[in-house]
Amino acid sequence: MRVAEDLNAALHRLMDHDPGLYVLGEDVLDPYGGAFKITRGLSTRFPDRVLTTPISESAITGVAAGLALSGDRAIVEIMFGDFAALAFDQLMNFAAKSVSMYGTRVPMRMVVRCPVGGGRGYGPTHSQSPQKHFVGIPGLALYEVSPFHDNLAVFEEMLWRGEPCVLFEDKVLYTRPMHAVEPPFSVERAGGVARVFLDDQPDCVIVAPGGVAHRVLAAMRSLLLEEEIVATLLVPSRLYPFDADIPAARRVFVVEESTGGGTWGAEVAHLVHQRHWDRLDGPVTLIHSADSVIPTAAHLEREVLVDAAAIHRVIRKVIRG
Amino acid sequence: MTSVLDRAAAPSRLDDADLSLMLLIRAFELKLLDLYGRGLLNGTTHTCLGQEHVPVAMGPLLGPADHVFSNHRGHGHYLARFQDPEGLLAEIMGREGAVCGGVGGSQHIRRDRYLSTGVQGESLPVAAGVALHLKRAEPGGLACVYIGDGTFGEGAVYEALNIIALWRLPVLVVVENNGIAQSTPRGTHMAGTIGGRAAAFGIGHALVEGFDLAAIRGRLGPLVARVRQGTPLVAEFVTHRLGPHSKGDDTRTARELQEAREGDWLGRYRAAHRDQVDRLEHEARAWVDAVAEEVAARPPSRWTSS
Ligand SMILES: Cc1ncc(C[n+]2csc(CCOP(=O)(O)OP(=O)(O)O)c2C)c(N)n1
Repeated sequence: MRVAEDLNAALHRLMDHDPGLYVLGEDVLDPYGGAFKITRGLSTRFPDRVLTTPISESAITGVAAGLALSGDRAIVEIMFGDFAALAFDQLMNFAAKSVSMYGTRVPMRMVVRCPVGGGRGYGPTHSQSPQKHFVGIPGLALYEVSPFHDNLAVFEEMLWRGEPCVLFEDKVLYTRPMHAVEPPFSVERAGGVARVFLDDQPDCVIVAPGGVAHRVLAAMRSLLLEEEIVATLLVPSRLYPFDADIPAARRVFVVEESTGGGTWGAEVAHLVHQRHWDRLDGPVTLIHSADSVIPTAAHLEREVLVDAAAIHRVIRKVIRG
Repeated sequence: MTSVLDRAAAPSRLDDADLSLMLLIRAFELKLLDLYGRGLLNGTTHTCLGQEHVPVAMGPLLGPADHVFSNHRGHGHYLARFQDPEGLLAEIMGREGAVCGGVGGSQHIRRDRYLSTGVQGESLPVAAGVALHLKRAEPGGLACVYIGDGTFGEGAVYEALNIIALWRLPVLVVVENNGIAQSTPRGTHMAGTIGGRAAAFGIGHALVEGFDLAAIRGRLGPLVARVRQGTPLVAEFVTHRLGPHSKGDDTRTARELQEAREGDWLGRYRAAHRDQVDRLEHEARAWVDAVAEEVAARPPSRWTSS
């Protein structure tokens, strides 16, 4: 099953089981079914709870917050994650703060889905990875789709959390298969973190969200074959608040597609330094896209976005010198 | 459709209960300015001096099952709904018994189906969401949102009005048009009119002048009943901000201040019904004085953040 189908199936199951759940977004009705078809079939089955909306990211997110305040659940689709900037106030100042600013805990069960990332030539306003702009907001949890996490379980976790959540979906994942890793690697999941590993003691640990996992795996394979560097990859389902046991290794890398500057990886590095500084050979290394807008032309886009070759190059240099 | 309630030359007599509530709000707000002046309050607050009659007029038109969304200038909205000066003052002063543990303060209050927040315009989309829930789960209920004229500068207002009209949501927008936003007069922040903006979405608009509460309720009652059936409404009250924006920040000219004072409901009402005002004003002030003394003596509020 492909990631897009898994997401779609998860939404169908959720809507089926929860009569208080709404799906809202632009162009989500059949036969269109959303710009990336993730909501396909939903409006036919649940016409009164799948609502197509005007182009109004702020209002849709606010409507979801209103439903959440009333005890309902809501999933919002932002057509391209870049446009979540228009919903920022509703997320940061309303939904997330409402959880705690009224003195007692107010559960807010809502998820804002954001298709993100480049590699498809959509250009500067449709290709960003805006995760970093949402890190560190009290009461707002961030998740990212990965090929190793069952989407139904992730949605259930987000909706029962009682805090608004943003789910980032790297667009390049939609057509990729779920749960696939090629030998000699194996994959295991524990507590929301997927671990892709070899039996040997790793030389390094790589932390990376789902959207870049396959690029990291390609680099892990070439590092193994060409350099005999053994790496373990950790893919957290929840990006923030971040929590993962880092297996013992002397080097840690964080890979993300976000452009440089104030990234999620910097937050992860800080946590790893706090916990494991004594056993590391050096600072956690951040590997991300260039500090740049995302160009449209394929050759220029490739120069900016992090890819398997860049991951290989940086890891090799840090470990081999 | 726009309609006007004419400003009566001599204000007709108000119910004791209504007038008492208006005077309680007035006394409460004056007390806050006094406490600030004496350095006893933290941060800032926005008083609704001059606008007390608006939430009191709305009181009987709303039921306990309706949701009220208030804003930065919300003490009157809260007091008209709950008549709880102790809880509100404790919240503003961060004392034990605070409605929201002292976390929210003057601008961020939630209790039952009442909620205020301090970002202008932000609550309209949220009210639309609540109204969507009500439409399905509790037909006949409504969400009432208070906003000022200046808040019509915010895009969220229009995104929400569009959705509210399209989806026929039971939302009542009560505009307190006091002609000024912080220091910016309406002529400098608003092109066109509020009625024109409501009309652009096909939403009904009622312009309300004066403070003849019985007449206002008679006029708005049937319109609010239609809101409950999914015909949203913008009710625009023409009012005056008597006090500063927050504490001491009033940039208006002496002449403008004089106009605000002349427009104040209390001055005009007192001239016609002095005995009633004197009697009830004394009671309201005594109540607020006692509350302030008692609340100020309480220990600080406590809060655990998770
Ligand atoms: C989004 C936003 N911008 C600015 C402010 C600061 N601010 C608080 S009240 C206010 C004026 C609001 O004017 P209006 O809506 O007319 O209400 P009034 O104060 O007159 O009751 C401003 C600018 C704010 N709270 N929220």
